[in-house]
Amino acid sequence: MKDVVIEFDNVVKYYSLYHSFIGIKNFLFNLPKAIKTFKKNKFCALKNISFKLNRGETLAIIGQNGAGKSTILGLIAKVLKPTSGRVLVRGRVVGLLELSAGFHPDLTGYENIILNGILLGMTKKEILSKVNEIIEFSELKEFIYQPIRTYSSGMLARLGFSVAINVPADILLVDEVLAVGDINFQKKCYKKIEELKNKDTTIIFVSHDLEAVVKICSRCILLHQGEIIKDGNTYEVVEYYKKNFS
Amino acid sequence: MLINKRNYQYLVDLITELAKKELKVRYKNSFLGYLWSILSPLTSAVVFFVAFKIVIKLKIENYVLFLISGLFCWQWFTNSLLGSANLFLNNANLIKKVSFPRDALVYSMVINDMIHFILSFPVIFLFMGLYRQNFSYYLFLLPIAIILQFFFVSGMSLIISSINLFFRDLERLVVVFTNLLFYATPIIYSEEMVPLKYKIILSLNPMANFVILYRDLLLSNRVQINILMLCFIYSIGFFYLGYNIYKNLQWKFAEII
Ligand SMILES: Nc1ncnc2c1ncn2[C@@H]1O[C@H](COP(=O)(O)OP(=O)(O)OP(=O)(O)O)[C@@H](O)[C@H]1O
Ligand SMILES: [Mg+2]
Repeated sequence: MKDVVIEFDNVVKYYSLYHSFIGIKNFLFNLPKAIKTFKKNKFCALKNISFKLNRGETLAIIGQNGAGKSTILGLIAKVLKPTSGRVLVRGRVVGLLELSAGFHPDLTGYENIILNGILLGMTKKEILSKVNEIIEFSELKEFIYQPIRTYSSGMLARLGFSVAINVPADILLVDEVLAVGDINFQKKCYKKIEELKNKDTTIIFVSHDLEAVVKICSRCILLHQGEIIKDGNTYEVVEYYKKNFS
Repeated sequence: MLINKRNYQYLVDLITELAKKELKVRYKNSFLGYLWSILSPLTSAVVFFVAFKIVIKLKIENYVLFLISGLFCWQWFTNSLLGSANLFLNNANLIKKVSFPRDALVYSMVINDMIHFILSFPVIFLFMGLYRQNFSYYLFLLPIAIILQFFFVSGMSLIISSINLFFRDLERLVVVFTNLLFYATPIIYSEEMVPLKYKIILSLNPMANFVILYRDLLLSNRVQINILMLCFIYSIGFFYLGYNIYKNLQWKFAEII
């Protein structure tokens, strides 16, 4: 029997749209109205999502903009909480969600590696033992001691990817991030992902680059307006998506 | 939360690195930054000295020393409170994408302001020397006052930073509130000058108790047990309250930010 590392059980996610009455002043002076708009203004981003993922599987999630892909990743990363249903995650999750999220422009590349590594869940000692590997992977060489506001967007992506991919993880979430690097670096990233696959890392890959999806993933979920339309072999799901949604 | 050694080490590392980052980013030139954090309370001290000692002829001895012994810890309080209003908003990207313990951002900011407060003690000691104030053993109790204030300020900051995500105009209220509170705190006047029937206001104002505690240790060579108790209660109480508000709202941060 294979071990299940991620399980979604009838997961529903509503977003409340607070912005209509943000501000204490508004809230106090329009209390009844504020509560009413608050109750009404809900948006259902995921409707009854259920799926299981085994250790070592590579899953792609595809679908149009706003389908709910990032919401699913947010739930797995424990950044979001489901409105109802159950999300079960076993193991350490590392998200390549937005690579430069933890970066500060005035710190050097090196300082950002340390800070970002810690934000992603490593202790200082752990990140220090990895830092050379990370610098080497990034190929940023002497630029690593420059403040990252001087970096190009591709260089930033390299730095972010190099940190995240070197954080030990059981589950890796990749959301739309590989497209920024140059061809050489992209190749290197795909190679690294292959390596992780062989090490039994579970990977969830969200991308609009269907070629990459087919190349990396064995299983694919097609999401449409918060519902799973298809779940199966990547090639078939991608073909279905191409036929019906373009 | 699991309290094991690695988790503990992780939290320490996270808070230290965030605090270091703050320090580097906020004061690109750390010496000038330090000077600035000293200069701004000293400027207020000069203004109050002119207004109340020279013009109004207030009868308090060593008035400059009296002022700064309250102004520096007040500055820590207001800096942290004002900083906390937009703290999570300024880290929106991070909060949306990564699930690290968000309260670490608050502690690292408060620690930063605390370090600046601690670094202001040489200035206070200098003025104590100038005014021939004696240095007593009570100074060794200062760390206790600082730790208590740390938990009090952290609690307040947790409350403000969490609630400000839901009500974005809280920052303005904080400005108004701290301005009012300043005059309800015995910084430019002494607690003895407050009429008996208004003394209750001082007891109800946490910062008043902290200012009195610092002043007792620095200038009066004494500790009033009831003041110390109140500081202790406010420190534990507000931290408990703040932490629980944060814990209860925290899971919504990523979607409303
Ligand atoms: N914080 C939020 N508050 C309110 N609504 C939100 C929030 N985040 C997402 N949504 C809504 O939920 C839906 C799903 O969003 P999500 O980001 O998961 O889409 P996605 O599939 O990742 O799209 P894309 O391909 O553009 O990245 C969208 O319609 C979006 O408007
Ligand atoms: Mg998305």
